[in-house]
Amino acid sequence: MPTFTREEIEHLGDLARIALTDEEITRLQGELNVIADSINKVQEVASDDVPPTANPIPLEAYLRPDVPETPLTQAEALAGGPRTEAGMFVAPRILGSEE
Amino acid sequence: MTQATNELVKLSAAEMAAKVKAGEVSSRELVDAHLEVIEAAEPSIKAFLKVSGDVAREQADAFDAKSAEEKAQLPELAGVPIAIKDMIVTKGIETTAASKILEGWVPPYDATVIEKLKAAGMPILGKTNLDEFAQGSSTEHSAYQTTHNPWDTERVPGGSGGGSASAVAAFEAPLALGTDTGGSIRQPGALTGTVGVKPTYGGVSRFGAIAMASSLDQIGPVSRTVLDSALLQEIIGGHDRRDSTSIPEGPRPMVAAAREGAKRDLKGMKVGLIKELGGDGFQPGVEARFNEAVKKLEEMGAEVVEVSCPHIGYSLGAYYIIMPSEVSSNLARYDGMRYGLRVMPPAGVPQTAANMMSYTREAGFGDEVKRRIILGTYALSAGYYDAWYGSAQKVRTLIIQDFHNAFQQADVLVAPTSPSTAFKFGEKMDDPLAMYMNDIATIPANLAGVPAMSIPAGLSDDGLPVGFQFIAPQQRDEVMYKPAAALEAALEEDWGGPIWQSMKTPWLNAAE
Repeated sequence: MPTFTREEIEHLGDLARIALTDEEITRLQGELNVIADSINKVQEVASDDVPPTANPIPLEAYLRPDVPETPLTQAEALAGGPRTEAGMFVAPRILGSEE
Repeated sequence: MTQATNELVKLSAAEMAAKVKAGEVSSRELVDAHLEVIEAAEPSIKAFLKVSGDVAREQADAFDAKSAEEKAQLPELAGVPIAIKDMIVTKGIETTAASKILEGWVPPYDATVIEKLKAAGMPILGKTNLDEFAQGSSTEHSAYQTTHNPWDTERVPGGSGGGSASAVAAFEAPLALGTDTGGSIRQPGALTGTVGVKPTYGGVSRFGAIAMASSLDQIGPVSRTVLDSALLQEIIGGHDRRDSTSIPEGPRPMVAAAREGAKRDLKGMKVGLIKELGGDGFQPGVEARFNEAVKKLEEMGAEVVEVSCPHIGYSLGAYYIIMPSEVSSNLARYDGMRYGLRVMPPAGVPQTAANMMSYTREAGFGDEVKRRIILGTYALSAGYYDAWYGSAQKVRTLIIQDFHNAFQQADVLVAPTSPSTAFKFGEKMDDPLAMYMNDIATIPANLAGVPAMSIPAGLSDDGLPVGFQFIAPQQRDEVMYKPAAALEAALEEDWGGPIWQSMKTPWLNAAE
């Protein structure tokens, strides 16, 4: 079924936010086509009457008691930030990109 | 290295704990002995990304200063040091997942398992190497260093937890923690002649385990004996409300099962041989040791039956859809905003947040991680979701049913852990599919959520260790500990001692 084209891998790189180099795209194209061939066969046995499994151990969803807890301090939460200022993370421009 | 140090580090964790309890050795002395071995071994083994000697000494001193009454409240392994796979966050100790994207990151919190180890008075020796974000089967995908197999330093220790396995095999630590998504605890265990356990999914909290594939990941013990793993799993196991997949029950009685197993009486136990795991693709030396070990189980009274898991051949395919899908989603968090690496786009490219993310992730992730993120992004994209991800989830159901049926016929299932012994560096790096095949026998347990463990079954004709895998039903982890301990005792009687007696350890002999 799937054959990865160059454009498709570029697009996937875009979706995954990885600025792939030309060389990486070429290599990924070959590798992913081989991998895709080998995993395609899962469809052979995935008939309509088989229910899907997301979590192998079925558990009832539960909520913890509504008791306040002390979270990380602001300083702790910011400690690993690449750039911070006045108790906030500093992000590059998000709106108004001209791409 | 003194004779005393040499002898001390070769004890099992349970034996070390007994000496601590008897007052023959302090926790501080255990820590110092292991730090000495680490210093001597690391130039050739390279198991550790970070040695936390000061932290370990401080923790050991704090334990030693406790009163006898306080010590009596602690678990059996209290005072015994441990190494931690660098996939598990440790407050105040750099944690990288062996990725450049997390270089220098110091977590502001501890994983639940780390809190439990600290509460148990177990000093943390350091953080061990792995394939980047636990993605690989040889530890060669680490962004920092390659770890060497103590049995033959020209060969890989397996992966992704090659660092934890090598550290324990080389006597740099008596115990370690690993994470197992498709075999990352068990396969390195097999390749280094150590014991590695993947608990039931949900049996050990994943809070603070860096997420790779959340429906498959599980933290588990690495040790040199079956009993040591049981003791460790009882400490780290049990419910944690901070992990919504954590089973709301206490740990299973695994220590009792391991001690029972050591009596080597398996009468009344049914052992199921999974007929689909063996033959083609398995080295003859691996199959020979495996078959001999099955005979040993029979000699101890177990009834061996052949069972079929007809869908197991689809597990590798299902795994390589589900795992990368979850990887692509989990690793989306490394966006250069709140922690980790940030790389701004080059001049001429708009300096936007979106472009910053793309250049950060391009620079911060290695080849294997990128391969899986791209594959997972594809598997989850509109138009292919049903054909791939949906089908893989159905295969998962079929494999769970296979195991369910097999456990109607047998109490515990067995198979070789890995199709081969340790391979040479570079041998499989250019062929992702060949690398993926390493996990053919370990992946089914992750897909089904069942517990599984690998113990040494002897040496293949190449002189390298072979792993023997036990698989038990969900939430019945103790069931595999009994036959594992029995087999270990029977094999060690044949060998005249533990398997590591056949291993050359020049780093220990570097006498002062």
